[in-house]
Amino acid sequence: MVINLSFWNREILKIAIIEAFLKLSPRYQIRNPVIFTVFISSILTTGLFIQALLGKGETSAGFILSIAIWLWFTVIFANFAEAIAEGRGKAQALALRKSRREILAKKIFQVNRNAKVTLVPSANLKIDDIVLVEAGDFIPSDGEVVEGIASVNESAITGESAPVIRESGSDRNTVTGGTQVISDWLIVRITANPGNTFLDHMIALVEGAKRQKTPNELALTILLAALTIVFLLVCSTLLPFSYYSSHATNQGTVVAITVLIALFVCLAPTTIGGLLSAIGIAGMDRMVQANVIALSGRAVEAAGDVDILLLDKTGTITLGNRQATEFFPAEGVSIEKLADAAQLASLADETPEGRSIVILAKEKYGLRGRDIKELGATFIPFTAQTRMSGANLPGRQIRKGAEQSIDEYIKQMGGTMPVSIRKIVENIARQGGTPLVVAEESKVLGVIHLKDIVKGGIRERFSDLRQMGISTIMVTGDNPLTAAAIAAEAGVDDFLANAKPEDKLKLIRRLQNEGHLVAMTGDGTNDAPALAQADVAVAMNTGTQAAKEAGNLVDLDSNPTKLVEIVEIGKQLLMTRGSITTFSIANDVAKYFAIIPAAFASTYPALNQLNVMHLATPQSAILSAVIFNALIIIFLIPLALRGIVYRRVSAIKLLRNNVLLYGLGGLIIPFVGIKLIDIILGLL
Amino acid sequence: MTEIGLLQILIYLIIILLSVKPLGSYMAKVYEGDFKFLSSIERPIYRFCQIAPQQEMTWKSYLSAMLVFNLTGILAVYLIQRLQNFLPLNLQGFTAVPPELAFNTAASFVTNSNWQAYGGENTLSYLTQMMALTVQNFLSAATGMSLLIALIRGITSSESTNLGNFWVDTIRGTIYILLPLSLILAILLSSQGVIQNFKPYQKINLIEPLNYQLSITDANGQSIKDEKGNPKFENKILKEQIIPMGPVASQVAIKQLGTNGGGFFNTNSAHPFENPTPLTNFFEMIAILLIPAALCYTFGAMVKDKRQGWAILLAMLIIFIPLLLGTVISEQNGNSALPSLGINQIAYPGLSPGGNMEGKEVRFGIVASSIWATATTATSNGSVNSMLDSFTPLGGLIPLWLMHLGEVIFGGVGSGLYGMLMLVIITVFVAGLMVGRTPEYLGKKIDTYEMKMASIAVLVMPLIVLVFTALAVVLKIGTESTANPGAHGFSEILYAFTSMTNNNGSAFAGLNANTSFYNILGGIAMLIGRYWIAIPTLAIAGSLARKKVIPSNPGTLSTHTPLFIILLIGITIVLGALTFFPALALGPIVEQLMLWDQYGH
Repeated sequence: MVINLSFWNREILKIAIIEAFLKLSPRYQIRNPVIFTVFISSILTTGLFIQALLGKGETSAGFILSIAIWLWFTVIFANFAEAIAEGRGKAQALALRKSRREILAKKIFQVNRNAKVTLVPSANLKIDDIVLVEAGDFIPSDGEVVEGIASVNESAITGESAPVIRESGSDRNTVTGGTQVISDWLIVRITANPGNTFLDHMIALVEGAKRQKTPNELALTILLAALTIVFLLVCSTLLPFSYYSSHATNQGTVVAITVLIALFVCLAPTTIGGLLSAIGIAGMDRMVQANVIALSGRAVEAAGDVDILLLDKTGTITLGNRQATEFFPAEGVSIEKLADAAQLASLADETPEGRSIVILAKEKYGLRGRDIKELGATFIPFTAQTRMSGANLPGRQIRKGAEQSIDEYIKQMGGTMPVSIRKIVENIARQGGTPLVVAEESKVLGVIHLKDIVKGGIRERFSDLRQMGISTIMVTGDNPLTAAAIAAEAGVDDFLANAKPEDKLKLIRRLQNEGHLVAMTGDGTNDAPALAQADVAVAMNTGTQAAKEAGNLVDLDSNPTKLVEIVEIGKQLLMTRGSITTFSIANDVAKYFAIIPAAFASTYPALNQLNVMHLATPQSAILSAVIFNALIIIFLIPLALRGIVYRRVSAIKLLRNNVLLYGLGGLIIPFVGIKLIDIILGLL
Repeated sequence: MTEIGLLQILIYLIIILLSVKPLGSYMAKVYEGDFKFLSSIERPIYRFCQIAPQQEMTWKSYLSAMLVFNLTGILAVYLIQRLQNFLPLNLQGFTAVPPELAFNTAASFVTNSNWQAYGGENTLSYLTQMMALTVQNFLSAATGMSLLIALIRGITSSESTNLGNFWVDTIRGTIYILLPLSLILAILLSSQGVIQNFKPYQKINLIEPLNYQLSITDANGQSIKDEKGNPKFENKILKEQIIPMGPVASQVAIKQLGTNGGGFFNTNSAHPFENPTPLTNFFEMIAILLIPAALCYTFGAMVKDKRQGWAILLAMLIIFIPLLLGTVISEQNGNSALPSLGINQIAYPGLSPGGNMEGKEVRFGIVASSIWATATTATSNGSVNSMLDSFTPLGGLIPLWLMHLGEVIFGGVGSGLYGMLMLVIITVFVAGLMVGRTPEYLGKKIDTYEMKMASIAVLVMPLIVLVFTALAVVLKIGTESTANPGAHGFSEILYAFTSMTNNNGSAFAGLNANTSFYNILGGIAMLIGRYWIAIPTLAIAGSLARKKVIPSNPGTLSTHTPLFIILLIGITIVLGALTFFPALALGPIVEQLMLWDQYGH
């Protein structure tokens, strides 16, 4: 269940501030190498301060104290950033825990509604136990319906309050622990051991407890650690360099250790180091906000990398149903007659296609729907054998169906299929439509054009995706002709026609062998192998247990178009990391100009020419840089949590924008910021 | 800057650029095994050494072959020096080279550094110069190129463990590339007067005898003073001079072409027998950049996308040219302290080049000396035709900082480009993040492992330079070798360790490096600087080779666009600047600032 809490909710803020201090334990700090060095630096300067209090200070105690305080702040700010990112997840987990309350399950030993019920706590249920759930009961754990049909309220998981139907033997046979049966009953075979249910996963996930560093995060941590080591070397060797310089020139004093520590903390990539885990947590959180549960952080990241989307035609690219769009009468038949016959044949046809025929006849030819009983008509439903449907009226037999079936039908009646009809049929098929031939007795009246309706705006979306370097492949069971036409209309890059589930798997394997990263959505059990093979596999929450287990993301809204959003969240996560890293490193230039002249001006007064910001005193220069370095973490928290603005443009444009904004910005902002802080310090 | 000077720079760059494509594609074909015209030399070597040329190596076997080969080289160079008094062609009867110096020199030549703590003409026999040093000039250069080629194969191959054969690459690089080019250059040089002989040193009578004063010293070497406390001198007349001889042209050719830089004589290419005329100077300057620049094209050709090679070359040029101009301008403007001594530094076209001529040869002048100083430090060549110690602080800062970039602006043959590719990996990583994709380069995903190795490769140089410099400035054995106090002395030490760790080998001059301290520490710096980068490079090659090639699409970050080039330049500069700014501030920067403070701009 998604709670729409602002990050800046008072409750979350309060907890985050407390957490920021609790996280000061070394055991926790060691997990973030960059911030850990700041942590050690804070301890060292505190030690230097105590030494100064005892009268043996290397420089004034007040200065050391202010540096020490701001170093501690730097650590606390980094902790705070992480705590606040975790805050929303924690609140969500709390709400979810409430739905995991202890339920007494009605365990039964045979699949029979009337079997003897044993009450057991839900925590004791194991895989393959059978339970009975009746109206009003909460479903004790994840499972598969083996018998019965019921409406279930799944709002605890999906946030969607309209109940859904769950029944055995279909693709809608999975139930989730913690949801409630509203009417009827179900017999459920449990599919998850205690502690391993969907709800458990979800809680662990939103809480961030199980969060492991993703490969990309790890690679970045390595780079940051390397930079930190370089700066550690730079600053620690400055002590001997300074010793040499002041002795060789007999001027000034050796640089204070406090100053070198301050320089080190300013140079180390503390900004990105402090925000790194917050960015990761916030990325997962954005997935949750989009109602997608990522079963691993890796999947979120991989989503940003995907370059091929496999999309099912039906439901994703087209609206679920085909609709009648046009009537093509046969030679010598008026279009009204065809429309009339088509409508009569469809009046009792409850399929969406049938209804759309009735509506088309009404809208285009003013033929009002008539009551089939008044007409004394009987409806002939579609069967797999005849592959036709229609109506028998007194004295009239009207049929509609695929060309082949009608052909057979009229042959029996002694008629033949006119050539012109065949041409129309072919034409419609070529345009991606489905032709339905209408016949009355042995005479063919004409053809109805049933068309797949491509969802509005989908073409633009695909073109955006192409800009981002993501190609789309439509998967459909249609014949190649039809598929090609829809593919062209929707603007997908490629299509797989006549697709069987194993074809999907083969296609994914082939694409992966070519080096592509493939994302797909799926819901049925027969999708499971393909889902398991895909790099990013989004299972619909309405899907089967098998599908959900094979996927690495679960979409609670069961909206196949969500894939696009998922990809964008993944990209945004990486971009936020990259941009703040660039910003962090670019900041160092200004810090050098603040600290180096200040640190060595006593030995080499000429270095004061490098004090381009004209900072008041050496001490205020150093302190300003340290304060800026700490405050920038706080200022960037909103950016880290929200993620940087993502637009669907090509890689090179993205890079240019981000380099300008965060690279150039990162160079300039600290000059302004440090100068401002210096002025404020001067006023105090 | 004078117009002639500007023209000189232009012609120099144009000739380099014109040679990039023909030489680059020739080298690509050599390493792809397309040429067989020297197989009558090649095959007997394989047979004799029992090399199976078709046998491919994994990165680990490639690495161990390289290490074994180089270790053998170190031993050979060491032993020849230690035993030179027993070996032939020791016409001047030089004694064995002392152990520390022999170690330093062995490490220096095998790692392609060619740092020289000795003076060639008064330390080494002809045999040592030829068999130990010149041989390593070829082999260390060929080794560097082999490593680069292995890395390129890692990038191009897909799901394979093969990186080629180290022995084959090294032999082909030597006989198809280095030997023919050296032969041509040696002939050109000797046509201009660079000597090539086995004569003993010649004693000649001076045309004008030289009168000079020598302070009189006692048995302890202390100068004897007169009653007023002034040192006593005696007048001397010098009538003859010893002129050193030797097989110079053959060594100079490869030292320039193979980014080695180790001169036959102590003064390197400032010596008239190594570099007699402005024309030889021009040839030698071309030779410095020739192969490193062309290897960029080789890279592009071998990865089947020439734009990639041009992009890297362009990035190098964009860093190189402004720095080159910076050196020239700084030297041309002269030393602001000198006019007060009545020295005229103004250029008079046709009469006097003006500028800061201290430490420069008059036959080369400001521009040719500045181009050389910049090119020799941009590449890891390290030969000199002027003394950097006498450059203006800013003019000396630029060569020093070019090395601080990690010898990736052209850099050593092979090693420069693979060093640059490490920076490309880091750039690709940062840029990849900024466009929201896990990074890839030329279709290969850059994962945690590559980042780890690239970080190690980039980390080692600052580590060694800073720590060893820190050690030297606090120890008396370190500081007593400097010729100047204060900031300039600091520059001398910083320069020495920068040069050695980056396998450049040029000397700032002014530092007496032939002490046990500098010989041993420097030898270690050169070894670490070479192999600590080579090993992760090969590891990356191995790891990339195993990966699948990912097809590119519009979401892929192109690595040949102007934007990427700018980013690569940015990261190279920022890393180099952030790492060494504080050290430089205490050396050449403050020196220049003090000069300006005192004498104005």
